[in-house]
Amino acid sequence: MAAEQKEHKAKKEKIARQDMPEQKPDVRKRNFDEVPFGYTPELAQKEAQRCLQCKRPSCVEGCPVNINIPAFIKLIAEGKFTEAARKIKEENALPAVCGRVCPQEAQCEGNCILGAKGKDKPVAIGNLERFAADWEREHKEVTVPQIKDATHKRVAVVGSGPAGLTVAGELRKFGHEVTVFEALHKSGGVLVYGIPEFRLPKSIVQSEVDYLSKMGIKIVNNYIVGNTRTVDELFADGYDAIFVGSGAGAPMFLNIPGENLNGVFSANEYLTRSNLMKAYKFPEYDTPIIKGKRVATIGGGNVAMDSARTALRLGADESYIVYRRSMNELPARIAEVHHAEQEGINFKILTLPTRIIGDENGFVKGIECQKMELGEPDESGRRRPVPVKGSEFILDVDTVVVAIGNTPNPLIPSTTPDIKTTKYGTIIAEEGSGLTTKSKVFAGGDVVTGAATVILAMGAGKKAAKAIDDMLKS
Amino acid sequence: MAKIVKRKDLAAEVVLMELEAPEIAKKRKPGQFIILRVNEQGERIPLTIADSDPDAGTITIIFQVVGKTTMQLRDLHEGDKIADLAGPLGTATHIKNFGTAVAIGGGVGTAVIYPIAKGLKEAGNNLISIIGARTKNLLILTDEMEKISNRLIVATDDGSFGVNGFVTDVLKQIIDEGIKPDIIYAIGPLPMMKAVANATRPLGIKTIVSLNPIMIDGTGMCGGCRVTVNNQTKFACVDGPEFDAHQVDFDNLGQRLKVYNHQEKESCKIFG
Ligand SMILES: Cc1cc2nc3c(=O)[nH]c(=O)nc-3n(C[C@H](O)[C@H](O)[C@H](O)COP(=O)(O)OP(=O)(O)OC[C@H]3O[C@@H](n4cnc5c(N)ncnc54)[C@H](O)[C@@H]3O)c2cc1C
Ligand SMILES: Cc1cc2nc3c(=O)[nH]c(=O)nc-3n(C[C@H](O)[C@H](O)[C@H](O)COP(=O)(O)OP(=O)(O)OC[C@H]3O[C@@H](n4cnc5c(N)ncnc54)[C@H](O)[C@@H]3O)c2cc1C
Ligand code: SF4
Ligand code: SF4
Ligand code: FES
Repeated sequence: MAAEQKEHKAKKEKIARQDMPEQKPDVRKRNFDEVPFGYTPELAQKEAQRCLQCKRPSCVEGCPVNINIPAFIKLIAEGKFTEAARKIKEENALPAVCGRVCPQEAQCEGNCILGAKGKDKPVAIGNLERFAADWEREHKEVTVPQIKDATHKRVAVVGSGPAGLTVAGELRKFGHEVTVFEALHKSGGVLVYGIPEFRLPKSIVQSEVDYLSKMGIKIVNNYIVGNTRTVDELFADGYDAIFVGSGAGAPMFLNIPGENLNGVFSANEYLTRSNLMKAYKFPEYDTPIIKGKRVATIGGGNVAMDSARTALRLGADESYIVYRRSMNELPARIAEVHHAEQEGINFKILTLPTRIIGDENGFVKGIECQKMELGEPDESGRRRPVPVKGSEFILDVDTVVVAIGNTPNPLIPSTTPDIKTTKYGTIIAEEGSGLTTKSKVFAGGDVVTGAATVILAMGAGKKAAKAIDDMLKS
Repeated sequence: MAKIVKRKDLAAEVVLMELEAPEIAKKRKPGQFIILRVNEQGERIPLTIADSDPDAGTITIIFQVVGKTTMQLRDLHEGDKIADLAGPLGTATHIKNFGTAVAIGGGVGTAVIYPIAKGLKEAGNNLISIIGARTKNLLILTDEMEKISNRLIVATDDGSFGVNGFVTDVLKQIIDEGIKPDIIYAIGPLPMMKAVANATRPLGIKTIVSLNPIMIDGTGMCGGCRVTVNNQTKFACVDGPEFDAHQVDFDNLGQRLKVYNHQEKESCKIFG
């Protein structure tokens, strides 16, 4: 018996982590189609069999919304794909999104026991989550959840990003009347304007938004809370609670000379033109973009990877990432860095841009950079980059994308003075409930944490929904 | 979706439209604008709210046909709908009784200055308005401006109507007459605004201009509308569109407006 168990285990370990089939790098770097094709049912089941079904699964602790990971993986192993998706949805309403964009290596997969031993790779939890969610959607198995009896309480949700969508879905299930106000003409927040099609197809985001509409949630686009109507005016209109999920959408610049030259974009502008406005389909779509031949993206996070890879797809011959620290410090998801390297993105690490140079017509013709070396660790524990004297050089580029971070848009706090913010401009909200300094106003997602992740925004939305429901019931 | 309830040609390639937008009509103040998108493939473009009727729930826009989006808009009829309309955007004009105020409108800039001039008049200012255009049949809103101004002077570059010359010439004239403006608002083509700024700077007369950089979202999200004012970067959609004329870097703005010239021409050519 013992021997048999051992043999069984040994057999399990023999299955290697299953990669998702994907488009070849030289092909995909010239199109906007999604890079991985996803698992086939066979691959998914094979990968699912790698899971040890741990009694105390450490992976679950690594997931910010504590999805019952072994349970959904077991269902996949058994071929019960739709059931697997429903199991995930008990904790996470957007699995098709999270399976694609979560930094799994730092969360669920980073905690998987298989990877911890060092010899093997963790179970591909993200890929499996994506598979289950795609299966359910593509096989039209998605069903609208049970909605509790109408409470006749009205909640306004500001912003249709992951935080807002989550709050709206949860509150609707509790029987409240929910209206989502979104500034842009399309819903989804960063999922629609920021993250590119090749990483997260917009049809998936749209189907999530449609799902909320089917649940009876009203979504009003082109409605800028603070401008079209203020928070106080919404209360006057009869809302009983307001959730602010307005994200961290204001771009930061480097404040170096030449930043207002033609051909310098914030990543937000570059990605918004390409994704939201579909500039990559110009002139079929009217919004133009500069299709640079030599593009430098400044920064090292997901936003920078998305910009640099978008540049390639728009036809760049050379797309650089200019980052002042080393490869080890890149904050982007490992999968994105890996994909970027495969596609031939040129990483100029330990490099600091100091000036953007223009030609006689005001268009970019280069960036002056300085080499850096790693010095003593700073407060964050990362070794601080320090400039190397006399190492200045010019990178010959025609387009520059600045992807060094975003801060919350001040519009809502500035039109609602009793919503207090920190010195970073983030809204102050109670840990757990998301209650702000203004009564009946809750907030969550990037507007509270500063630029973070999809799953954290959703987690905050879920907690706030619970707190709002408690408040409305009392 | 927003319905076009009225459409009227004001001058050659200058069109007025009233759009159904009850919430914006209630809320908007002089100096603010909207962003619209004609259809699913369309670009988002900013246009000033020239007027509004809160009771009817409509706003008025007046635009000059310069490229594909404004051509598409021109070709729409009463009863048609445009895909998206968002606003009111931008910081409202700081209006109070300054004393003597001069409102200068050049070309379609007259449509932008009109609501501001109206606000200034209502606040009790002695309002002197100067409007200009290249030629007579490009002049717009002369009757409307006449109605709200204590004094209106019209100028055309070719002398086909009113004073023969530029609006800056008229401004110099009235200053020579001994009029001391407490504030000047100048809105029109960039060279005009720059010329006004240069004329009033040595005289120390506070001068405000409204800038028209290329925009996308209009909410401070993309930074595409950034302008250089007092050597600092500002986002025109939220920090403006009005700025102190003496601090604006007009050359930087002029250069940034040309970013997509090539693509804009291509769009127009295909549109025909
Ligand atoms: C390019 C890019 C790539 C990213 N990649 C990843 C990734 O791979 N993995 C990951 O986990 N995270 C990633 N992130 C971060 C992640 O997208 C965000 O953390 C997440 O979207 C935050 O969600 P949110 O709901 O708080 O805000 P957002 O998604 O920013 O949504 C806010 C919404 O509110 C709207 N809004 C703002 N102000 C108003 C107003 N006044 N009235 C009405 N509506 C308003 C906005 O238009 C927007 O639609 C990425 C971010 C970017 C920009
Ligand atoms: C705050 C503000 C208020 C404005 N108010 C008015 C108004 O009341 N009446 C009016 O006629 N015009 C106004 N404009 C200018 C108007 O937005 C442009 O003429 C319009 O966008 C041109 O679009 P198009 O597709 O027809 O032309 P295109 O061929 O795309 O461009 C023609 C010119 O318009 C500029 N332009 C192009 N796209 C944009 C854009 N998305 N945003 C801003 N400018 C752009 C370009 O620099 C170019 O010189 C305003 C602009 C701003 C920023
Ligand atoms: S939601 Fe994200 S962190 Fe949680 S299991 Fe899924 S992929 Fe992992
Ligand atoms: S830790 Fe890894 S092996 Fe264990 S249950 Fe979670 S996914 Fe399966
Ligand atoms: S138009 Fe995007 S920030 Fe002003």
